Amino acid sequence: MSTASVASTPVRVPATRRTSLAKKRQWRAAYLFVIPFFVVFITMLVVPLVYSGYLSFFATRLIGGTTFVGFENYLKTFTDQLFLGGLGRTALFLVIQVPIMLGLALFFALALDSGRVRGSKVLRLLIFVPYAIPGVVATLMWGFLYGQDFGPIGQVFAAFGLDKPNLLSDGNVLGSMMNIVTWEYVGYNMIIMYSALRSVPAELYEAAEIDGASQFRVAWSIKMPAIRPAILLTVIFSIIGSFQIFNEPSLLRNLAPTAITSSFTPNFYAYNLAFVNQDVNYAAAVAFILGIVIMIVSYVVQLTTQRREGGR
Amino acid sequence: MRTRASRTAVALGAGLLTSALILTGCTPSTSTNPSAGTVTQAQIDKALKTPTTLTFWTWVPNIQNEVDLFEKKYPAIKVKVENVGQGGPEYTKLRTALKAGTGAPDVAQIEYPYITSFNVTKSLLDLAPYGAAKLKNDYVPWVWNQVTFGDKILSMPQDSGPMGNLYRADILKKAGITDAPKTWDDYATDAALVKSKTGSYISNMAANQTGQWEGMLWQAGVKPFGYDGKKGVTVDVNSAKAKEVVSYWEKLIKADVISVDPDFNDAWYQGLATGKYAGWLTAAWGPIFLQGTAKDTSGLWAAAPLPQYAGQPDSSGNWGGSSDAVMTTSKNKIAAYELAKWINNDKSSTSLFAAKQFLWPTATNVLNDSTFLDAKSDFYGGQQVNKTFSAISNTVDTKFEWLPYMDYADSSWNDTMGKAIAAKGDLSAGLDAWQKALVDYGTAQGFDVNKK
Repeated sequence: MSTASVASTPVRVPATRRTSLAKKRQWRAAYLFVIPFFVVFITMLVVPLVYSGYLSFFATRLIGGTTFVGFENYLKTFTDQLFLGGLGRTALFLVIQVPIMLGLALFFALALDSGRVRGSKVLRLLIFVPYAIPGVVATLMWGFLYGQDFGPIGQVFAAFGLDKPNLLSDGNVLGSMMNIVTWEYVGYNMIIMYSALRSVPAELYEAAEIDGASQFRVAWSIKMPAIRPAILLTVIFSIIGSFQIFNEPSLLRNLAPTAITSSFTPNFYAYNLAFVNQDVNYAAAVAFILGIVIMIVSYVVQLTTQRREGGR
Repeated sequence: MRTRASRTAVALGAGLLTSALILTGCTPSTSTNPSAGTVTQAQIDKALKTPTTLTFWTWVPNIQNEVDLFEKKYPAIKVKVENVGQGGPEYTKLRTALKAGTGAPDVAQIEYPYITSFNVTKSLLDLAPYGAAKLKNDYVPWVWNQVTFGDKILSMPQDSGPMGNLYRADILKKAGITDAPKTWDDYATDAALVKSKTGSYISNMAANQTGQWEGMLWQAGVKPFGYDGKKGVTVDVNSAKAKEVVSYWEKLIKADVISVDPDFNDAWYQGLATGKYAGWLTAAWGPIFLQGTAKDTSGLWAAAPLPQYAGQPDSSGNWGGSSDAVMTTSKNKIAAYELAKWINNDKSSTSLFAAKQFLWPTATNVLNDSTFLDAKSDFYGGQQVNKTFSAISNTVDTKFEWLPYMDYADSSWNDTMGKAIAAKGDLSAGLDAWQKALVDYGTAQGFDVNKK
């Protein structure tokens, strides 16, 4: 993203025929400043990306070696039940988890911003703390909490004489993951929304109060429209995050090896394809298709919200 | 935003094109196995006196002790021991290094099921010309078969896991059972008794533990896999006999007298320690493992052979165990072979493995050693557990082959058969699904699957 804006900067400079020496020097300095970034960006991101793109056009067999297959790997993804199943699962994750998480984040942000919550600073920190815990640690911790025989959730159920639920069973494990991700990222999204709320001019509230608007009315009609771009940002981040979910299935698989299949999410599938099935070529294709799916979904979401804004 | 997205797309497309142009032409090189004649004693002596440094990948804890013995014996040879991960992670690194052509060790630890998977890529040195052919009688016959492929010997056996039955004598006694079940029919009856009288499961057959289930098939004489060393692969995991074995378990699982919890995680450790499971059908490395896991139940356990099929000769299967193989990429093949051989063949080293690292021996010089056999274990109420498992080791069916793609076989088990077990569903259908996955993968990898 930043490359595009950096590269386009010189073009926007008014094209005078005789560029002064000072201007040239400035340009040179600018390029010098971006070179370190470019070197890392190209060697660590572009080259691997290009190489995996190259790999995705081949097929390596244990017997028969490597052959060029063109787009065959890509075509295969469209009929691969395992890939499509994983994609469906992440889509479900997206549709259920993201609204819940962002709804909660928005609620907390508005509550804190209203100034009617005591100890709001402490509260803000507490809600944000889970985000500071590394995802791996968080997942391991929740894995313990979910444990049927020894986890506190099971013990609470047992204390009330109820059957201990298996939160890591086939049917429940996706919901359990949604819970982990929600717990982890509510604070992060809340902070984004909260800081956007802080920059809404106070005069608007005063005007609304004079008109006799209630707090809820203010939140609905002034605050939420005002932070629309911030909300959209969190939506896009969450979409990308949902499709790329990897830590949770990878770590919970030790606890629920049969409920979480090797193709549970597309990202996890690509990993298993490459390192267990030894099929790096197909794994590369799956990764690219996943990237394209993310781009399309993010773009569609952006487009629809922009259109709605334009219609007003 | 819109312009940015399209620019990224263009950049991506351009990148792909250039990459294809730049990188075409480089294909991974395949290493070939150099044809070696029989190595003479003079050559061996010379190699062992030449200063050499060997790299040895293994995850056996404290293996430096055995390596020290080797270095003491052959001072010219230095061995660099590296632990790059246990099982899967090591194989991944090994494959990458072999593919790259550099960075692979001289000797690497490989579990028996995976020897064929590395033989497919011609990565393992045939040790027969180096003198390994003479060692046949130093090892248990079925173990020797695991490392022998035709007239090739691809690895040196280190440890194994013939399967037996470890059980809580006290819990079984509470249910009125004094002797370990002799046959599988007895086992089923006892399982129901134990559950109804004590609430414990007689054992846990982990849905995810391919090795344990394969051991069960092995005992029953099922031959699920086969590989001819070239293109021919046999996959027969859903044979009538295999289905017979799993339907036996299906009945017990559906009656809720056998649990199917995933193993080697906290819940399972606790289940063993608290008596949720009154037994464990496990390998010969199990007794020692259990002592560490369920310390508080010391003295309450007992060991017995697996229940048997009525009217059949005694048999058992194997679960786990490793070998040390020499890579074809090694520059010091003779010295590397001598290392792999010596630590797994010389008695000072093999008995150290058994005594200190608690590896279940495959070398007859330890298996027939009275100090090893007669050792009494307090954890098992003073039972001579080694003697029990030593007897079991001789009943393991000698012919059991593997696929040249066991990594995939294990992972697809969880997605098919493992799922069926965990759901307490139709296990025969689970085997059918596993069969299909294995055939499809093998065919896609270029093998002739079941074409014979």
